[in-house]
This record gives sequence, C-alpha cells and structure tokens, in this order.
Amino acid sequence: MENLIALLIAAPLLGAAVLLCGGRRLDAVGQWIGTVLAAASFVVAVVLFADMLGKSPEDRTFTQHLYSWIAVGNFRADVGFQLDQLSMTFVLLITGVGSLIHVYSIGYMEHDERRRRFFGYLNLFLAAMLLLVLADNYLLLYVGWEGVGLASYLLIGFWQHKPSAATAAKKAFLVNRVGDMGLSIAIMLMFTTFGTFAFGPLLGTEGHPGIAGDATEGKLTAIGLMLLLAACGKSAQVPLQSWLGDAMEGPTPVSALIHAATMVTAGVYLIVRSAAVFNAAPDAQLVVTVVGGVTLLFGAIVGCAKDDIKKALAGSTMSQIGYMVLAAGLGPIGYVFAIMHLVTHGFFKAGLFLGAGSVMHGMNDEVDMRKFGGLRKYMPVTFVTFGLGYLAIIGFPGLSGFFSKDKIIEAAFAKGGTEGWILGGVALLGAAITAYYMTRVMIMTFFGEKRWQPDAEGHEPHPHESPSSMTIPMIVLAFGSVFAGGFFSIGDRFLHWLEPVTGHSEGDSPVSALTVTLATMVLLVVGAGIAYLQYGRSSVPVTAPRGSLLTRAARRDLYQDDFNHVVLVRGGEHLTRSLVYVDHTLVDGVVNGTAASVGGLSGRLRKLQNGYARSYAVSMFGGAAILVAATLLMRAV
Amino acid sequence: MNPVNYLYLAALLFTIGATGVLIRRNAIVVFMCIELMLNACNLAFVVFSRMHGNLDGQIIAFFTMVVAAAEVVVGLAIIVSLFRSRHSASVDDASLMKL
Amino acid sequence: MTANLAAYSTSTGEAFQFWVLGTVAVIGALCTVFMRKAVHSALCLAGTMIVLAVFYLANGAYFLGIVQIVVYTGAIMMLFLFVVMLVGVTAADSLKETIKGQRWLALLCGLGFGILLFAGIGHASIQDFDGLAKANAGGNVEGLAALIFTKYVFAFEITGALLITATIGAMVLTHRERTERARTQRELSEQRVREGKHVPPLPAPGVYARHNAVDIAGLLPDGTPSELTVSKTLRDRGQIRDVSADALRDLKALEQRAEERLERTKPEEASK
Repeated sequence: MENLIALLIAAPLLGAAVLLCGGRRLDAVGQWIGTVLAAASFVVAVVLFADMLGKSPEDRTFTQHLYSWIAVGNFRADVGFQLDQLSMTFVLLITGVGSLIHVYSIGYMEHDERRRRFFGYLNLFLAAMLLLVLADNYLLLYVGWEGVGLASYLLIGFWQHKPSAATAAKKAFLVNRVGDMGLSIAIMLMFTTFGTFAFGPLLGTEGHPGIAGDATEGKLTAIGLMLLLAACGKSAQVPLQSWLGDAMEGPTPVSALIHAATMVTAGVYLIVRSAAVFNAAPDAQLVVTVVGGVTLLFGAIVGCAKDDIKKALAGSTMSQIGYMVLAAGLGPIGYVFAIMHLVTHGFFKAGLFLGAGSVMHGMNDEVDMRKFGGLRKYMPVTFVTFGLGYLAIIGFPGLSGFFSKDKIIEAAFAKGGTEGWILGGVALLGAAITAYYMTRVMIMTFFGEKRWQPDAEGHEPHPHESPSSMTIPMIVLAFGSVFAGGFFSIGDRFLHWLEPVTGHSEGDSPVSALTVTLATMVLLVVGAGIAYLQYGRSSVPVTAPRGSLLTRAARRDLYQDDFNHVVLVRGGEHLTRSLVYVDHTLVDGVVNGTAASVGGLSGRLRKLQNGYARSYAVSMFGGAAILVAATLLMRAV
Repeated sequence: MNPVNYLYLAALLFTIGATGVLIRRNAIVVFMCIELMLNACNLAFVVFSRMHGNLDGQIIAFFTMVVAAAEVVVGLAIIVSLFRSRHSASVDDASLMKL
Repeated sequence: MTANLAAYSTSTGEAFQFWVLGTVAVIGALCTVFMRKAVHSALCLAGTMIVLAVFYLANGAYFLGIVQIVVYTGAIMMLFLFVVMLVGVTAADSLKETIKGQRWLALLCGLGFGILLFAGIGHASIQDFDGLAKANAGGNVEGLAALIFTKYVFAFEITGALLITATIGAMVLTHRERTERARTQRELSEQRVREGKHVPPLPAPGVYARHNAVDIAGLLPDGTPSELTVSKTLRDRGQIRDVSADALRDLKALEQRAEERLERTKPEEASK
C-alpha cells in the first residue's frame, strides 16, 4: 500500500509530461487527459486515506524510499516520501479541490486555443505541490517548493500576450525567490547544525523525539525566521505579499488553485511541519504570530477597497492565510486549527473563486463589481454556491468558517498574557472586517439594480449561467463549505486525527469559548450591517467615488508596491549605482592601472626589440663582456 | 720584447673586429669583420702554441681556418641570395623580426 | 731562430718587426671597419691578413703562415671581392648610423671588452714561453701532419665533411632552378607588341653629351628624369645620378659668384 505514494505524484507528473511534450496532436483531448490523471491521483489518495483510517493512530505514518539522490561524504539526500496525517490532509485537499478545478477548467477554458498547455501546467502544479507535501526531507521539499514557484509563474503568466500578465508572473516569481532564499538558507543552517535535513531524525517520529530541539535557541530562532521568510514568500504574508494581488492576471481557475489548494497553503504547511523547530524557538513563534496578525488586517483592509472582484477575493485570501499563520505561530495550541481552517478555507475560497470565474464568464470577462449588480436572477446556481461560500467565510454559525475561525480566535486568546489579548483582538477585528468586505462583494455582485453597460465595441453582456462542467464543481465545493467545518468539529474529529503529528495543548484562555463566539457573532453582524447600509440601501455608483484616505490607500494595496519601489527598487538602484561606481573607479582603477603600467613598461621594453640584428649583436657583445668580467672577478677573488 | 705582446695585438684586433660588426651595415663588411675576429683568434692560438711548446694550438688554428673557409662560402652565398631577393646588402633591411 | 723561440724575450729583430707590422695590422683592421667602400675594406683586410701570416711565421707556425697567405688572402679574400663585385656598391655602404645610440653602445661595449681582455692577459702574468724548438725539431709540417692524422684524425674527417657540406650548401643557395624555358628574343618582342607597352627599344640613358653616362637618367621633354632609361641593375642598386637640376644649380652658382664679386667690389668702393 505504501508503494502507492509515488503514484500520487506520478499521475499528474505524467499528465504534465504528456501534455507539454505531446504537441498539437493532443489538443483535442488534452483537457480530458489532464483531468483524468488529476482525478486518478485523487482516487489513489482516497485509497491511501481509507488504508490509513484502518490503522491505529500510531501507525499512520507511511514512508516510501525511492532512491538515494545525492550521497557525498556525510551529506545524504534521499528521494523518499513520508505520508502521515498532516500530509494526507494536504494530499486530499490538493487532489480533491485540484480535480474539481480541473473539471471546472474544462468549461472555463473551452475557447482558449492553448488549452492543452494550460492543463499541462495545472498538472505540473499539482505534481509539484504533492511533492512538496510528501517529501520526507527538506531538500526534496525544496524541489517541490521550486516546482510550485515555476508552475505558478507559468500559470499566472499564461495569457502572456497581456503585458500585465507577463509582469505579474515575473513579479510573483521574483518575490517568491526572496522566500526561496530563506528556505535554502534554512536548509543549509539545518545541515550545518544537525548534519541532516531529513524529517525522520530531525523532527522525530512516533515515540522518538527529534533532534531539532537540541540546538541552541539562537540557531533555532535563525532557522525558524528563515523558514518564516520562505513561508511569507509562498503564502503572501507581509512583507512578501505584493505578488498575490497581481497574480489575479492569470485565468480564474489558476487563482482558485493558487488560493485554495496549492501555493499559498505551502507556507502554512512548512510552518506546521517544522513545528519541532518553532516549538523550541519562542522568539521565532512570536514573529510568526505578528506576521500573521499584520497580514490578517492588511489583507482585510485591502479587500474592503477593491472593486475588482478577484482582487477583493485575493485580499480576503491574504487575510485568511494570515489567520492560519497566526494560528501556526501560537504553537501546539493552534497547529491543528491552522490546518483545519486551511482545509475549510480551501473549500469555500475555491468555491468563491470559481463563482467569481463563473460571473466573469457570463459577463464578458468583466471584473469590476461596480458594473455587476442584480446577477442573482441571471445566474441562480452561481448565486447560491457563491452565497454559501460567502456565509462560510464570514463565519455564519453552523458553516465551515464558523468552526475553524472561531477556534483560531479562541486559540489566540489562549496564548495568554498581553500577547493573547492583542492577538485575540486582532483576530476578532479581522472577523468583523471579513464580514464587511465579503458582504460588500456579495451585494455589489448579486443584489441591487443591474449596472452593466455595453463595452466600447457595443457588445452588451448577456449574463447567463455557466455550463454544468463549471457549476458541478461549484456545487461540490459548496457542500464542502457548508458541512466540512461541522464534520471536523463534531467530537473533535480533526483534532484527534492530526494530533499525533502536530501535538496539541489546550491553552489557558482568559475568556470562555462562549464569550468569544458571542463577540464574533456581534462583530459579524456589525460588519455585515455596515456593508449593507453602505451598499445595499443606497445605489452603487458605477465609477468609484474618491473615497477616504484609507480607502484610497487600500485601493493602492496600502502602498505596498510604492513602498517596494521606493525602498527596494530605488534603494537597490542606488546601491547598484554606488557599487558600479566603486567598481569603475576602485576595482577597475587598480586593474586598469596595473594593465596600463605593464603596457607602458612593455611599450618601453618593446623598443629594445627593434628587429635590427646589430642591436641584438650589441646585447650579445655586452653580455659576453659581462661574462668575461665575471670570470675575471671570480679568478681574482 | 715579451711575446705576450702578440696576445695584446690579438685582443686589439678582435675588439676592432667586434666593434666593426656592430657598426657596419653592409653585410659584406660585417662578414669581413668576423673574419678579422677569427684571424685574431688564430694569432692567439699560434702564440699559445709557442708558449706551451707543442703544436696543438696550431692544429686548432688550422681547423679554424678550415671552418672559416666553409663559413665564408656559405655566408657569401647567403648574402648573394639575400641581395637577389631584396636588392640590398644592408643587415638593417632584414629587420622583419620587429613587431 | 729556434733559440729565439724559446726565450722569454724575443730578439730585437722580431721586436722591431712586431712593432712595425703590428702597427700596420691595427691600421689595416681599423681601415677595414671604417672604409666607406667594401672594396677598400676588403683590400685593407687582405693587408692585415698578410701581416698576420708573417707573424705566424715568426711564431714558428710555418705551415700556417703559408696557408694563411694561400687560403685566406688568396682564396677567401678573392671570394669576398667577387661578391662585392656581384653586389656592387649599395646604399648600405654609408657610414651614417640609422639606429639610435647603436654606435655609442657599440664603442662602449668594444672599449669595455678590450679593456677586459687586456686586463685578463695582464692578470695572467705569462712569463715562461717554452718555445717550439722541440716540437718543430722534425719539421713543422711533419709535426702537424703527425698530430692531424693521429690525435685529431676525427676532427680532420669531420672538417672534411663540413667542407663538402658547405660546398653543396653554397651551390644550393646560389643556384636558381629554371622552371621554364628562357624566352627567345622573338617571343619577347612579340610579347611587347601584344602588350602595347614599350614597343620600341627602351630609351637610352644620358641625355646631353655632357652627361653621357649609363648611370644618368635621360630627361623627358618636361625636364623630369625617366628611370626607364637606366639599366635595371643600376636602378636596383639605387645608383642613378639625377642631373635634372644640374643646369639650374650651375646657373645659381654662377649668379652667386657674380653677386659675390659685386659685393666684394661694393665694400671696396664704400671704403674708398
């Protein structure tokens, strides 16, 4: 049974290879090959999951060693897989949601002539992400990590004929490189510190505590911070968040895949997987929570101001991932809830993105919500599924988001002390803002009067429901959005499932769970109510009003790009310029000076070599005279 | 008179010949100066022969003459063919070794 | 004479001969170096060599003395004169130095080397001369022959081989293989007509009776000299005399002389 693990990755990898190398012959069937292989991977995952459920919680770690990749001295890197409960959760999410997105893409990308290639990239994305979560050592994880970066680059820039898409892809890749540096440095640190980077000895297996905690706290903090940097890059956390909004230039299924099943979840996985490191480095953990808290508010505020439906959802993703990172930073109190929120978020965010894609599909690829309005009559299925996703994300009681987010807020308070209060407050505030911006999206898109107009060429959009290949995945995801949270929480199923891997401890919460829930509910109603008053009661202007200072700032992503431009780009330019100056004057000066002096000397010496035999004869004669003189001197002495 | 004076004369002739080689540009004259140097050496050998009381020095001088004869034949042939191709007997014109 | 050869100091006669002929040899050597024309250099060198031959004889090397005269002055120097004749007088004969500093460096080196040699000889403080009385007892030629054919027989053989090689080498160097048949006069004239260049015979050198010499280029109607009129060999040697400006120069000289005379008379008149 354990030998099936490789098959999980092999199926989509094969799909990518066949589709990308197959050429035009596969154009007609490309989407089916890609979808079937993704689904095959999901089937394998389900089989493995069933097998895993049949075993006792202690025996649920499957390993498969394929071959020794690099073995030099005591440096040893293997290609091997480790499938435990944490990986299993991710595998199911990735293959499950991924397969649904494949199915959705069949309809969404129907008219794109480069469809085969698109499905090839999607399969590559899945394969890389699976490699990331299945690797049994950090180096192999890094391979998957880079694969995800590559696939995201290819997919975000899929419509490369649009300069904005090409730029967005480059931006995502570059920002991710910064994070990748963090991961590679962390791996190097691990190797120099522990002599290994395999999960087994490093993080410990069942009953054998790993050696990760043995190093000094300073080193562990350094490793932890580097891992956090890596996670920030992939999961779009402050300060490496700027690529996520621009990544919306990719096709909508790509956005759904990046935000729900792959890519952004990689950072959370990395932190939870490295729990043993973070548990021993409280300073690093604190930084993780701070990053999570800041991103949570940052994403939420940005999401409030965007009129582009996908960018509003992107801000929401940033914010929700912030919740997860915050939870992961809380240590054993929060690991399980971080993953739980990740899974539920995978359902409803995928559903929301697919819904947004469905809306765009019916509206001639219009993304400005100010030109939507009243779409519930035209797209009933999309409206219902999107609505269920909306209720889930704002944490409507009984739906998925309610259970997972509530737990995170409780865990934040349970951190204890001033930190607990601050983090809990931030999480609560985030819940209110989430309710506000999601209600805004909902109202502007589906309620009110219709605001669309003919475009420049006179084509009036004809909103219509999407084909069934698109609506079925949305319906399935809507089911997940509604029931997943409750299913996980009844009897703390998810907690018991994941606890053997991540560990769990109940914090000492200063406020009761009921208080937190009630406070969340109140804030939820307040947030949604404000949004209703703003957008539901009064009509929405088609052109955006100037807005307050904060709104304008949020529209510009809170000046993150400007900040990057001024601090990093300009700073980098100045640094480069000064380095070039130093290079030209000092380094080149020394080099050229040496060359010039040698050249000058040679020029002088060259005159001795005038080619005249008589000149050479003089030298010979002089030399002979000197020899005679030397001989005489020696005899005289 | 001490016969050593012959050696001084040989040294003087040799030096004059060497300087001539360096000063003159006409290949033929240069060659003559070389012959002068060889003759100076021969004189020294003959005087050495007298000094040591055996004939070995004279033998060496004899061989030097033979070699000089061979050298002159080849050297003059070279000068003639050089003159044919370059229309000049100047040693400075054969300065192709210069950059 | 044999007694003299053994002595530390030579007889008065030999001393006299040394000082007189030695002076001649040094003068001959200096003339070899400093004579402008190669022919003169060759003659001076021949003189020096004859003097050296006399010195060989004086030093008991009778065989070498004769060989020196026969081989060197007789054969080698004649070879030199032949080559000088072949090559002719060239621009290289000029004593003007073209390489900067060469003359001074050469003189410096020569002077230094000479001083060193003199110092070396003086330092060696050679006093005892064994003389050749014993060695030449059975005759100089017989003594040399005995050495050459016994002790130095291999060197002798090798020099024989060297001479053969040198002979062949000289032949190879100077011999030019004709790759095609020499063209007859008829063919040459036909070619001239075909090319349409210089159909008539080349113009003769020496325009005016005054300058009727083969090394003077004939003047064209506009007064410029035509190199075509001079033999190719002279042209190659650069031995063409240019007389085109002679008439003007003569006129100028005449005018100047006249002027001088006038000026001389003028101050005389002024002084009176």
